[in-house]
This record gives sequence, structure tokens and C-alpha cells, in this order.
Amino acid sequence: MREPKRKTLKRKGTGGRAAHDVGGLAFGRIDREEHDLALWEKRTDAMLRLLVTPGKRAFTVDGLRRVIEDYGQQEYDRTTYYEKWIRAVRNLVVEQEIVTRSEVEARMEEIGARYAKAGRRAPKGKIPW
Amino acid sequence: MKARARPGRNARGAARFAPGDAVRVAGRDALGHCRTPWYLRGKIGIIASVHGSFRDPESLAYHKPGLPAHVLYKVRFKQSAIWGAYKGPDSDQLEADIFEHWLELLDRANRE
Repeated sequence: MREPKRKTLKRKGTGGRAAHDVGGLAFGRIDREEHDLALWEKRTDAMLRLLVTPGKRAFTVDGLRRVIEDYGQQEYDRTTYYEKWIRAVRNLVVEQEIVTRSEVEARMEEIGARYAKAGRRAPKGKIPW
Repeated sequence: MKARARPGRNARGAARFAPGDAVRVAGRDALGHCRTPWYLRGKIGIIASVHGSFRDPESLAYHKPGLPAHVLYKVRFKQSAIWGAYKGPDSDQLEADIFEHWLELLDRANRE
């Protein structure tokens, strides 16, 4: 296994803060309404919890944080909570050589084709690696 | 998520700081993952309590064992000491969990 690179992506114009480290910056009012979670979001939560469980230890929550912090400012600000998680879970299972990147991509294509055949709408964009 | 770091097996000896000690959070940059927020770097607080020893997230985040474990403290700050233009009451406080290697001693609490 290759050791992941240690890096800090900075937030523009903040004098050295990491992109994710926004505590105290002005971001307007916080939306405090409760939101219903989509099924994929619940599944993402479940997957993460199972992968970091003591019996599995595929990676740590600290590893999840590190991958998310390495997205950079633009992606960090653009994506939602579970969008950040699912991309990190996918990247970490590849990083830990549990599955390969081509296996993930082949499976995504397979599912896309199945959706198309059934006349179901599949999301267009791909999640960047 | 709450349950993250588990107490380390190779916990180093006693905690260097005790409740009441005045400490300053290191003002340094970090390369890669760390749990010390930017807004507390260089700020002065008081040790509120000692949580115990935990594996180091700065190494756990890179698939390493996180050892040696570091002592984690609850540090209490005055809000007015953190934010340049804090408008709330002077008695407002903020507590944060900070690892020992991010803290330097400013003043020992008086102990009888």
C-alpha cells in the first residue's frame, strides 16, 4: 500500500487556513431546518460506519476527514455533507486496495446501463476521483 | 460522529498539564490533517480537564497506527480572547479538545 501524500490545500485570501478550516469566517446564516435524508445518504452513513468498525478497520474516520480536506476549496464548498462522504469512502476503499479503481468504474457503467435499459434516469455527472 | 479515537495502548506517562494551568495553542501551520482549528492557533486558554491518551489523528489519517498516543485536554477559552470583535458578554466561553503537542505552558495553576 502506498502512503497517502501529506498536503494542505489552502483557502484563498485567509492567510494560510486549510480550505476546510472555516470556523469563524463569515458564511451567512445557518439553515437550521431539519432535512429528510435520501436513501443513498443513509446508505452512505451505514457504509462508513461498517467500514470503520473495530472488526473491519478498513480505514479510520480520521482518514475520511483527510480525504475530504484534500478536495480543495472549490469542491469543499460546492458539495453537500454526504457527497463529501461518499466520494471519500470510494477513494479510501481504492486507496486501501479493497477494490480497484477500474472495478468501481466498471460497476458504475454496469449500473448506468441497467438504469438506461429500465428507462430510469441516472445522474449525469461523474464524481471526480 | 462521536466515537473516533480509542485510548492508545502505548499511552505516554502522566499528562504534562493539569486543570487550571494556563496554556497557549501553538501558532504553527500544520501539513495535512490535524484537529486543531485555525481560529484557536496562538490563543490562550485554561486547561478544564484531562480526557486521557488517544491515538494521534495526524497519523491515523494516513493509515498509520497513531502511536505514540497523545494526551487530549479540554481547554477553555474566553470568547473575547478568540474573536477580535466579540460583542457577547465577557463571561462567554468556548471549550475545545486540544492535543498536548499543540499546547505550551504559560502559567501553572496554584496547587496546595
